[in-house]
Amino acid sequence: MALLDRRNRRKAANALFVTFCTGAAVLAIITLFAILFSLVVKGVSGINLDIFTMSTPAPDSRGGLANAIVGSVMLCTVAMVGAVVVGVLAGTFLAEYAGVNRWTNAYASVVRFLNDVLLSAPSILIGLFVYYIAVKPVHGFNGWAGALALGLIAAPVVTRTTEDVLKLQAKQLRESGVALGAPMWVTIQRILWRASQGGILTGALLAFARISGETAPLLFTSLGNQFMNTDMTKPISNLPAVIFQFGLSAYDDWQRLAWVGALLIAGAVLSINIIVRVLSQEQKRS
Amino acid sequence: MTALPAKTGGMTRTRPKGASFDPLFLLVCGTAATLLLSALAGIVGSLLIGGWPALSHFKLDFFTSSDWDPVQDIYGGAGPIVGTLITAVLSLALALPVAFGVAVFLVEFCPPLLRRPIGIAVELLAGVPSIVYGMWGLFIFAPLFRDLVEMPLISSAPAGSLQEKIFSGIPNGSGILAASIILSVMILPYIAATLRELFLTVPAKVRESAYGVGCTTMEVIWSVTLPYVRRSAIGAVMLGLGRALGETMAVTFIIGNSHAFPKGLFDGGSTIASTIANEFAEASSDMHTSALIALGFVLFVITFAVLAIARALLGAPKHG
Repeated sequence: MALLDRRNRRKAANALFVTFCTGAAVLAIITLFAILFSLVVKGVSGINLDIFTMSTPAPDSRGGLANAIVGSVMLCTVAMVGAVVVGVLAGTFLAEYAGVNRWTNAYASVVRFLNDVLLSAPSILIGLFVYYIAVKPVHGFNGWAGALALGLIAAPVVTRTTEDVLKLQAKQLRESGVALGAPMWVTIQRILWRASQGGILTGALLAFARISGETAPLLFTSLGNQFMNTDMTKPISNLPAVIFQFGLSAYDDWQRLAWVGALLIAGAVLSINIIVRVLSQEQKRS
Repeated sequence: MTALPAKTGGMTRTRPKGASFDPLFLLVCGTAATLLLSALAGIVGSLLIGGWPALSHFKLDFFTSSDWDPVQDIYGGAGPIVGTLITAVLSLALALPVAFGVAVFLVEFCPPLLRRPIGIAVELLAGVPSIVYGMWGLFIFAPLFRDLVEMPLISSAPAGSLQEKIFSGIPNGSGILAASIILSVMILPYIAATLRELFLTVPAKVRESAYGVGCTTMEVIWSVTLPYVRRSAIGAVMLGLGRALGETMAVTFIIGNSHAFPKGLFDGGSTIASTIANEFAEASSDMHTSALIALGFVLFVITFAVLAIARALLGAPKHG
């Protein structure tokens, strides 16, 4: 009898546990879909041709997000070019040159740890730092500063993935380079980088997805600009800052534009993530 | 990695053509690594230098006083510092059980047909920019929260009771608790995705043998899966905490932005990140700027500590 009791108790506890977990999953999924749903509903209704052709308006007048979209694309592109160059080289150092001797080894582990710190440092602090080195000295907010801040957020991501991907390459690839009589730098550039292309691209895309929604570091680096501007030495408009400014405003049409902007960014980020998934699946297959 | 031996078995081997560029390439790669290093050093340095005037002027008051007054140029950062810690811890407490449930559900008893779509959805949502969560919090969540939670709880509280104390504040949908909930929604997919990955690392043999001796699902999770991934799981949770601490946009929209000590869960507050985001570009005086940067330095120290603990627990990631 006692045995049966215990069995029932265990079964009851388990049933409770299963209910809790299922309930948690349902709750989480409902919440997350509610977010996407309201984003789509509120955003899609505001989309029209003006969004892509006109600059951000004054309250109660016609306008779109063209300047912010152009600005965001420019900032992210410049940031990514810098981040990929620095990230791939630094990742190569960590993966290929760490073992050259004792000193490089020690140095590499320090860089590796601090890169991880940089990877998860609050982005707003990166913005503060860039303000100090690229805004204050020239006495004005400018596009370069914004791109630098975004680049500093993206570079650790690229570094990390590059290192991981290079480490996955077979030793035979390196030996084949040696066998052909190629020096190490040629082996790395012609064989290892080429073999790791897909993985590095994946990392770069993920970094791109991450910085395209970054708001905090742009607020006091590239600031924002009500007009279309492609001059990187001047304040430059960008989607996240517009969303922040318009979303917190009291004007209905500004808030509507903020929703459209949020939808555009979320859409871009989600599609990049899906592209990454498709890419990495194809790599696994081949 | 494969340094060429110049001599092999008495025979001399010619150095490969162009080998003299090797040190140069090493230098280029090393410089890139050093750039990252100096960026971090620059962050710490600039925060310390920029924040020093405020820190040295207000000394300990900066950490103990919540008197934040740009008009009289007096700055005490206790409000934002405490606000940061409270919202981060509250959001973690809210997100962790749910994330745990989601991860267990996905690994143990999700119908196979739904497993992949839900798993992918959770991972995709971990990548949604935080400003989207902020917008949603302000426009959709806050009105609902005000009408369905704040109003009933405040009006039903008997005067002088504990309930009245905890839930005091203006029922406008924003405040400490609302911000914590939005934060928890934001870090939830992140923690759930990481926990799921960890649970999947438990060898099937180990789990199956537990089932084989008659364990229920719950017992398998508690006595086999969790002990197996314990260290890494704590590390993953700490990384989630790190995200919550430094998050700016999701919080700024909905925390209410007041610098005083929050008196209750519905009271407005501020975090370090939200204060910087709101005031930095329009700081009124040098001391104001300096105080904001000093707050940034405090935030850096807190997140660094959390990250360092997380790293230590996660163990050195599989490098080398």
